[in-house]
Amino acid sequence: MASQNLQSVPAELSPEEQEREAAGKAYFDRIISEDSRIEPRDWMPEAYRKTLLRQISQHAHSEIIGMQPEANWITRAPSLKRKSILMAKVQDEAGHGLYLYSAAETLGQTRDKMMEDLIAGKARYSSIFNYPAISWADMGAIGWLVDGAAICNQVPLCRASFGPYGRAMVRICKEESFHQRQGFEILLELSNGTPEQKQMAQEAVNRWYAPSLMMFGPPDDDSPNSKQSMAWNIKRFSNDELRSRFVGMMVEQVKVLGLTLPDKDIRFNEETKKWEHGPLDWNEFKEVLAGRGPCNSQRIERRREAHENGAWVREAAVAYARKQAQKEHAA
Amino acid sequence: MSPHGNPEEPASSASEIKREAPKVAATTPAEQQHHEAPWSLWEVFVRSSRGLSHVHAGSLHAPDAAMALRNARDLYTRRNEGVSIWVVPAEAISSSDPDSKGAFFESPQGKDYRHATYYTKSEGVKHL
Repeated sequence: MASQNLQSVPAELSPEEQEREAAGKAYFDRIISEDSRIEPRDWMPEAYRKTLLRQISQHAHSEIIGMQPEANWITRAPSLKRKSILMAKVQDEAGHGLYLYSAAETLGQTRDKMMEDLIAGKARYSSIFNYPAISWADMGAIGWLVDGAAICNQVPLCRASFGPYGRAMVRICKEESFHQRQGFEILLELSNGTPEQKQMAQEAVNRWYAPSLMMFGPPDDDSPNSKQSMAWNIKRFSNDELRSRFVGMMVEQVKVLGLTLPDKDIRFNEETKKWEHGPLDWNEFKEVLAGRGPCNSQRIERRREAHENGAWVREAAVAYARKQAQKEHAA
Repeated sequence: MSPHGNPEEPASSASEIKREAPKVAATTPAEQQHHEAPWSLWEVFVRSSRGLSHVHAGSLHAPDAAMALRNARDLYTRRNEGVSIWVVPAEAISSSDPDSKGAFFESPQGKDYRHATYYTKSEGVKHL
C-alpha cells in the first residue's frame, strides 16, 4: 500500500526522531511477523492506525444502529419469553457497541467525536441494518443469517493483531452465539407452525439471504484494502473465503429448518473445495452503503433523536456527580 | 402484511420506503452540545468468582465512581461474570513505558536459575 510507505519515515524529522521511528517500525514489523499483538502505546504505522480506527468505529456504529430493526419488534414479540430474549439481545448489541468504542478510543479518537460523526451521517456502518424488518419472522432471519454471517466474520477477528480489538471480539463472540441460536429457533417454530407461519419464515429467509451474503464485503477482486489488512494480520481470511464458508454452513442448516435458500446456483465446487453461490447485486450494496438504502435516513434520524432526547439524562448525571463530590468534600 | 403495526412497514405500500440519503445535520452536534463535558474514562476490573483476583475487563465512561460501578455492572456482568467489580479512573493508572521495555525488564534475563526447570532432574526421586 503506497500510503504506508510514504508515511513510514517522514523526512522532516530530526535524526534522533528518525532513528526512533525506524526502531519503532522494526519492532512493529517483528511483532507482526511473529503473529504477536500490537498494543495501543506501541509504535504503529499511521495507515495501520487509520485502518483500524475506521474498521473498529464502523463496527461499533453497526452494533449501535443494529439495535433498531430488532428494538422495533420488542413491543410486538409474540410472547413474554420472546420479548425477554429480544430485550437481552438488543442490550447485548448496545454492549458490543460500547466494547468496540472503547477499543477505538485507544487509537486516539474520542468517543464523542465518533458519536457526532455517526449522527451527522458522516460515518459508515454495516449496510445490512438499512433494510427494514417487516415481519416477526425477520427476527428469526436476522438472528440466523445476519448474526450467523457476523459470527463467521468475527471469529477470525478475535486473533486480530491489535490487542484491544481482538479482546473486544472475544467477548462479543461469546455472547453472539445465543443470538444466532435464538434466531434459528424462531424460524424452526414458524416452519413447524401453520402454513401461513411457514410461509412467513420462508419469505423472511428470502429477504435476508442476499443482504447477509453481502455483509462479508465486496468480492476479493474489488476489495482494495483487504490485502493490506491481511498482511497486517487484522483480517485472517478474504471476503470471498468467509462468504463461501458461510454458504456451506447455511446450506445444511436450512434443511433442518425445512426451508430453502433463494439461490438456485449454490453448489460445492469439487475442484476448489469451496461453496459457490449465485450472483449478488453489488450495485444495490454500493447504493445502500452510499446512503440510499431503504432505511438509511430513518436509522440515523432515530439515533440522533435518541442522543438528543438523552441529553438531559447525561446533564443530570453530571450535576448529581458534582453535588455528591461537594457533599463529600464538605463532610 | 403488518399484523402488529410495525413502524418499519410504511403505512400504505413498500414502494414508499424512504430512499434518500440521511441529511447531514445543519448544526453539528458539537455546536448544539458545547456545554456537555465528556465523561471521564474508567478502567473496569471484575472478580469472576470468590478466590480469584480482579481481572481487567475493559473500560467505560461515567460522570463519577458510583455511576461507573453501575455502568460496569450493566456492561460487563450481564451473564453473572462477576461477584465483585473495581472501577479505577484511567488517568490514575501509572504504567511502564512501552518504548523502554527492553531495559525495564532486563533484570530477569539470563537468570534461568530462578525457574525450577533450570535444575537437573534425577530419575525416581519423588516429591522434588
